[in-house]
Amino acid sequence: MRIGSGTFRRVKSRDLAYVALFAAIVAVLGLLPPVPVPGLPVPITAQTLGVMLAGSVLGAKRGGLALLVFLALVAAGAPLLAGGRGGLSVFVGPTAGYLYSWPIAAFVIGLLTQLFWKRFNLAWALIANMIGGIVVIYAIGIPFTSIYGDVPLWASFTGSLTFIPGDLVKAVAASVVAVAVRRTYPVIELPGRRAAAS
Amino acid sequence: MLSLYVPGESVVHRARAGLKLGLLAALGIGLFWVGSPAVMAGAVALVVLAGVGLARLPWRALAVQVRPVWPWLALLLGFHLLVTDLRTGSVAVLRLLTLLAAAAIVTATTRVTALVAVIEWLAAPLRVFGVRPARIGLVLAMTLRFIPLVAERAARIREAQAARGAHRVRLGMAVPLLIQVLRMAATVGEALDARGADDAPARRPRRRTAVAS
Amino acid sequence: MRWGRRPAEEADDAVAPGAGIELRDVEHAYGERVVLDGISLTLTERRIGVVGANGSGKSTFARLLNGLVVPTSGTVLVDGLDTRTQVRAVRRRVGFVFQDPDAQIVHPTVAEDLAFGPHNQGLPDDEVQRRVEEMLGRYGLADHRDHPAHLLSGGQKQLLAIAGVLAMRPRRIVFDEPTTLLDLSNTRRVARVIDELEQDVVVVTHHLDLLSGFDRVLVVEHGRVIADGTPAETVPWYVARMD
Repeated sequence: MRIGSGTFRRVKSRDLAYVALFAAIVAVLGLLPPVPVPGLPVPITAQTLGVMLAGSVLGAKRGGLALLVFLALVAAGAPLLAGGRGGLSVFVGPTAGYLYSWPIAAFVIGLLTQLFWKRFNLAWALIANMIGGIVVIYAIGIPFTSIYGDVPLWASFTGSLTFIPGDLVKAVAASVVAVAVRRTYPVIELPGRRAAAS
Repeated sequence: MLSLYVPGESVVHRARAGLKLGLLAALGIGLFWVGSPAVMAGAVALVVLAGVGLARLPWRALAVQVRPVWPWLALLLGFHLLVTDLRTGSVAVLRLLTLLAAAAIVTATTRVTALVAVIEWLAAPLRVFGVRPARIGLVLAMTLRFIPLVAERAARIREAQAARGAHRVRLGMAVPLLIQVLRMAATVGEALDARGADDAPARRPRRRTAVAS
Repeated sequence: MRWGRRPAEEADDAVAPGAGIELRDVEHAYGERVVLDGISLTLTERRIGVVGANGSGKSTFARLLNGLVVPTSGTVLVDGLDTRTQVRAVRRRVGFVFQDPDAQIVHPTVAEDLAFGPHNQGLPDDEVQRRVEEMLGRYGLADHRDHPAHLLSGGQKQLLAIAGVLAMRPRRIVFDEPTTLLDLSNTRRVARVIDELEQDVVVVTHHLDLLSGFDRVLVVEHGRVIADGTPAETVPWYVARMD
């Protein structure tokens, strides 16, 4: 499978730095104060904004790796999730499925972004971020909660509906930023086209 | 600041990180075969006892990690009372509680570096995709280095924009920030090459072997 | 894919006929934009300065000297080693200090970062540790051994970046505007550190004070070397030209 920048290209030192950078960006977004939603046990956080940015700025492979690195640090005991959570317990909690979905979501967003790269604009960016950053995340997170909590799918599904407006806002924000970054500093390289790195 | 590790000399602290993670995974799967609330309650008690007795962790260290999930557990129980029955509900809640406590114990008794070593070991099969396990430790370290750096650069850009009259945090600040840190990361890539990251031998760095011993 | 042994010709003990750095008809372009245009030089002096306006190509020039940039055409030889084919051996000989120390420090704590380079060279652990201690002592970082690097001052960060390169014991060090981001007192401190180095140095800079006592200064403009001589000859000429 070769899409966009050659999915299994050798990782260069610069790619390592980009991966670490976006893992750090997701962590820093977790420092922003979470927005509590009345009636919901989990507040809205900015971290999925980082998931979307990782995919749509770095592309599939590096974006997915950035989120894997982030989760690895969380698993290793760094309290980097919003609200200072971390450690292995977050990976067995009822909302762990959403965490597991992040690297996959970033990968899918990156894949779609690379697919649309030549005519990438706000509309394509939105499509990529909504499919990868909303559909994929819920498709993994909802069944996980349902299995872990022994609750039926519909209940788990309606429970997460409250997050949709926030996620739409984040998808728009990520798309605007991704399109602007592409104009000034494109990181994704398609075969036969070099990024404007100084 | 960046760790939930609680230093100690107990048997659990000294046990190998890979073993602890393996047991945790086994527990995660095994608990799904338990259907009786009494057995599940026993499991919770056993795990908590192991944490406080065997690993000699303070109650607080466990509570800190489990506390954020309380509202969820309450919600879950409430839901089951409404839709199914108390038995199913209590099994689901107790199962989660057991796993959470066990995971909290592993996190509190295992150093970040030891867990990173396990992650490198687990990543060995990824060689097929061109991932070199030795580099994973480097990327994790770089991420820890970048976190304060990104936060600092964000604060600097916010100050610069405030000085020009923009007082609210705006989306417009994200673009210059991202471009600035992307440029910096490209230079970091050069620095890695200049400092011989490409040259790195296959063996593990010293600090990790020191922790393992 | 390459995670096996390095090819034999990249071994560190490769034969080195000509000492010094030699550039032969070097050209470099980023896409359409030509940044270096036909440079031929031999650099053998102990202290060499490079000056020039922003965008003159001097930063790319610096990166040629340790293989971070490979010329589009022409050849760069370091002690006879070609930067195109023997880049690892070249980088072991030529250390590089960047303008922004934040871009050069890759580990979260001071001691870990100092160990990074020597460890990459495959040195035994006790030797790595010895060099870390030596650098901590020499640059007054011993009290910061386990401190996060981001808590250091700007001057201390640049010292850490330099120490991280010195711990690898290269034969020469290229500095790319090492004092541009520093205040006056830290600039003086870094200048003193460069002055005391026993290695050969190439310093790209806007701070002309740094170049007093240097053996040779190159002036770069529009990708060409337009003046080449002792500081006494070139620096006043360059200053007059800038006015």
